[in-house]
Amino acid sequence: MSDRTIRGKVAAVGIGESTYYKHGQSPDAEFVLALQAIMRAAEDAGIDPKEIDGFASYSNDRSDPSRIAAALGIPDLKFSNMQFGGGGGGVAAAVANGAAAVACGYADCVVVFRALAQGQFQRFGQAAPAPTVSGDPAYLAPYGVMSPAQKYGMRATRFMHDHGVKNDVLRAIAMTSYKHAQSNPRAVMHGRPLDAEAYDNSRWIVEPINRLFDCCQENDGAAAMILVSAERAKDLRQKPAYILGAEQGSDHRCGAPVLNATNFGSSSFATVAPRLYETAGVSPGDIDVLQSYENFTTGVMMAVVEHGFCQPDECNEFFTVENLAAPTGKVPLNTSGGNLAECYMHGLGLQLEAVRQIRGQSCNQVPDVKIAMNIAGPMVTPVSSLIMGAEETL
Amino acid sequence: MSESYLPAGMPAPVPAADGLDLPYWEGTRQGLLMVQRCGACGNWQWGPEWMCHKCNSFEIKWEQVDGTGVIYSWERPWHPVHPALKERGRYTAVLVELPHAGNIRMVGNLLGPDDQDVVIGASVEAMFEPHDDAATPYTLVQWRLAD
Repeated sequence: MSDRTIRGKVAAVGIGESTYYKHGQSPDAEFVLALQAIMRAAEDAGIDPKEIDGFASYSNDRSDPSRIAAALGIPDLKFSNMQFGGGGGGVAAAVANGAAAVACGYADCVVVFRALAQGQFQRFGQAAPAPTVSGDPAYLAPYGVMSPAQKYGMRATRFMHDHGVKNDVLRAIAMTSYKHAQSNPRAVMHGRPLDAEAYDNSRWIVEPINRLFDCCQENDGAAAMILVSAERAKDLRQKPAYILGAEQGSDHRCGAPVLNATNFGSSSFATVAPRLYETAGVSPGDIDVLQSYENFTTGVMMAVVEHGFCQPDECNEFFTVENLAAPTGKVPLNTSGGNLAECYMHGLGLQLEAVRQIRGQSCNQVPDVKIAMNIAGPMVTPVSSLIMGAEETL
Repeated sequence: MSESYLPAGMPAPVPAADGLDLPYWEGTRQGLLMVQRCGACGNWQWGPEWMCHKCNSFEIKWEQVDGTGVIYSWERPWHPVHPALKERGRYTAVLVELPHAGNIRMVGNLLGPDDQDVVIGASVEAMFEPHDDAATPYTLVQWRLAD
């Protein structure tokens, strides 16, 4: 392993989130939600919010770090970073970017945050109201290929065709998230369990791959995670979750226009996942608990495959609620309820859940977690994923 | 073709302001399917780009190709995400591979019944769907199963 690695140099020491709402139901403005999440993360870490000197986010977050720094009264803003492109595929990359800033001394205390009130701005599941389109959308939107479900659906159709995957796989992923949400009071779908019959009877959003329950929610909320150096982490209130590896990118011509990606029937992790394991120094069998971003259950399926938890032709056997449910499943998945059933906090909620699992604070705690993995935003480009570990793994 | 597959009011394509794809849109108006081919190395590519992704030459040419292909993937949206689709119901989109042009892929609708079975690998042929009443008239390339 190269010395040029993030492994063990930075830790997540504070996590916080706003109340999570269905879209349109937040009584607070998006920017206020951002401040609430950051204040709670600072409190969780046991630091003064004025100690924060860096910000990292993704997907063109509207809450500008300079505005946040002014609101918090931060005396010396040292790092203001935005991950370029990829929407929710940038979650783990934002953590990676923040961690890199801490590791090389650009900043000492970076908050990774995302504030997204879809009810106050454009909903992700609706087409933008434009009478004309040019560039890539000119070859998609006139044919009714506009929303994320429609733009990524054909990648999944092809994958499932190539590998003989049944829709039972997608149902198991959805039911697992809903099962976990029932013991998570933060979850928007807390108290709203999902059984197989309700899944099977739910309407198609995009046939043959997305029923209603295969699609993420649209929410209002914010989440934040505070990163400091490994040395500093030892003195703080919470058990540190160390970054063992964090990688981003995508494979050959993943962003080629009009759905011409070379490796089309995939979730874009073909080159990212091997790099992640190499830099973290772990293998899939070492992962105790997995958070994998659900834009759609199809994305989870392909991302889990591309991270080596099962072979493409083994999906029908691997993806069962029994295998995926905490605490006893083979690979406990999305233990907070994730984007499907906790909140679509654009994936940052899943990152916070990994920290809870390392600390032993999850609502669906897996026993004795040493290593946790987070996969961000499958099928987009660039994507990202990361691995966190407890102190024993260093 | 007198009627369009999707209702009026869908987003209308206009050529890119930087001139990248004008030959494609001019071609469709004349019933011609024009795609990009590298003048230096002969590589096919789609959608429109400024550089050959294989040899990095800027000598991108436009070449007419046969409007035939095979279905590479498909989907059938049911949930309307655009006001123009509210009353339409489900419709079928296909990703069509053109084996005679370097396996480039194009997106369109699969004409025919809304509930028809779609088979990956099936042969399809291009149909030109004019929208003469648009502010900037344009023609879409659609696909139907080959005889």
